[in-house]
Amino acid sequence: MAQEKPSNLPHLLVAAGVLGIAGLAIWQTIAIPKTVLFAAVGPQVIPWVISLFLLATGIGLVIAAWRGGWARDQDGTITEWGSLAYVMGGLILNAGLIEHIGFILASTLMFVLVSRGFESRSPLRDAGIGFTLAFVAYVGFDRILGYKIGSGLIERLI
Amino acid sequence: MAHIGGYMETLQNLMGGFAIALTPINLMWALAGVTVGTAIGVLPGLGPGLTIALLLPITYKVDPTAAFILFAGIYYGAMYGGSTTSILINTPGESATIVTAMEGNKMAKKGRAGAALATAAIGSFIAGTFGTIGITFLAEPVVKLALKFGPAEYFSLMVLCFVTVSAVLGSSALRGLTALAIGLFFGLIGIDLQSGQARFHFGVMELLDGINVLIVAVGLFAVGETLHLASQKKTKEEVITLTGPVGMTREDWRRSWKPWLRGTAFGFPIGAMPAGGAEIPTFLSYYTEKKLAEKPEEFGHGAIEGVAGPEAANNASAAGVLVPMLTLGLPTSATAAIMLSAFQSYGINPGPQLLATQGQLVWTLIASLYIGNVMLLVLNLPLVGLWVKILKIPQPVLYSGILVFATIGTYGISRSVVDLVLLYIVGFIGFLMRRFDFPTSPVIIGMILGPMCEQEFRRAMTISGGDLMIFLTKPISLGLLIVAVLAMIGPKLWELSRKSTSAHQ
Repeated sequence: MAQEKPSNLPHLLVAAGVLGIAGLAIWQTIAIPKTVLFAAVGPQVIPWVISLFLLATGIGLVIAAWRGGWARDQDGTITEWGSLAYVMGGLILNAGLIEHIGFILASTLMFVLVSRGFESRSPLRDAGIGFTLAFVAYVGFDRILGYKIGSGLIERLI
Repeated sequence: MAHIGGYMETLQNLMGGFAIALTPINLMWALAGVTVGTAIGVLPGLGPGLTIALLLPITYKVDPTAAFILFAGIYYGAMYGGSTTSILINTPGESATIVTAMEGNKMAKKGRAGAALATAAIGSFIAGTFGTIGITFLAEPVVKLALKFGPAEYFSLMVLCFVTVSAVLGSSALRGLTALAIGLFFGLIGIDLQSGQARFHFGVMELLDGINVLIVAVGLFAVGETLHLASQKKTKEEVITLTGPVGMTREDWRRSWKPWLRGTAFGFPIGAMPAGGAEIPTFLSYYTEKKLAEKPEEFGHGAIEGVAGPEAANNASAAGVLVPMLTLGLPTSATAAIMLSAFQSYGINPGPQLLATQGQLVWTLIASLYIGNVMLLVLNLPLVGLWVKILKIPQPVLYSGILVFATIGTYGISRSVVDLVLLYIVGFIGFLMRRFDFPTSPVIIGMILGPMCEQEFRRAMTISGGDLMIFLTKPISLGLLIVAVLAMIGPKLWELSRKSTSAHQ
């Protein structure tokens, strides 16, 4: 226990991320123009408090990371980088394509990739399930419940 | 006599609530809510907060009564469903059911799944009913007290709530506070309601309206959870097959009824406190039952008391959480915070005025909790086999499906890719938070409660003419702040004193 632990790089990066958010907060707080309205407390005051709060927690995390990081980290260690890449790829494709090919096809594509991330080995079957689900969900939410999911290649035909 | 008059009035209000909740259409909403809630609770990794967040858009379509009956059903239903999962596959969906998983899963492995499910369901029913009775009779007195609160007291109460949900509950005060700070940051985005000033919009037009709580909740709970699970080794969970009828022997009843009542007695008051949280009462209940048990050696090997007590405590605390939410507008769990934002999207201001201005809505909601509990008992005892089937949905289909619904819930409302990208960014943050052991609930609570807290702060400062001493000179406010400071540093001091005494030995 008394042994000096080396600083923990992933945890330092997390701490830096929080400091980054604190930086964004401070930047946006400075950007709030001074109001002409008279008020005891203007719209900048609480943003300053929250910015400094973020800064303080960020500094706290840097210190914790420097001292070797926090415990209970083992449970979360990423082991399946490939799976993670498939799921993230699915999300990115969905966001990139949904306006162009429509919800049903973009979702089907995402469904296949995410299923692959969860170790499904039959992309054709997943495409079938995904398409059916997206199709039914589209009809249910867009046509019946009145959501506005937009149009697309398949949507135009219904 | 005044007291009796008060109770009579409460009962009259409640009867009025039942009159509305028992109409066929509202019964249907309740049934839909408890059914969806149970299903969601059964599915590992999904919770009531996520579900209610995904359904927030219906607040544009249906009247508030229907929406809140639905949400209340989901809220109670998820508690029932969660215990089925922890008993049959030992993957607790939420930390409050860890204890149920410990004993319940052991019981199931010994072929006593039926008894474990029954004591969990009946215990949940008893705790839910007593908890709802608690809400019924506590609501008006708490509101009476709360109406004496000015902005300064409110501000201090919210500060106390911030401290307890982030620094006291959970594994680390620092990481809890970080999560809270990120939530407060999200809350600042958009137009400041008091001055009309746009803040934290980063020059992006879409951010002027603020970030929708739906995006943050779905991002953290659905996208973040999916990314996290994808990054982990996939283990095939073994679902224990249910053999024999769900029910209890005379012996099981004899051993269960006291733990149910004791669990309720732990859960409701702790849930109703501004701190909230179901972990503390479930663990308290577990250790109490272990101490009081006739056969303590059975604990760890499937003792029925260890299922009955914590399950009751869990449900009672869920009911308790509704007390500060309905009477003070104070959400102490992520789910309560999301329900609060549903009130706001109807233009209803949560807080002590709620019972006066929206009395009918609140009493109908409370009445529907009684009704939902009865429905849940039926859904979870004779029909439990149905829910077990849901557990067999393969993981790839389940998580891909969740992401499709997350798309509908965000893009389907605004048709804005900015919202979808925002959802995935928040999801990625949620993934990192899970990876590095940060709690996520404080983000949601900070985001909803932060703007309300700021408003009270500025009101108080306007009254005092800009003098911060107002928070320290008002006795209630000072008291609440002292409790908040103690809650923050108390555990640390205790730890230090324990270390120094053990060092002396």
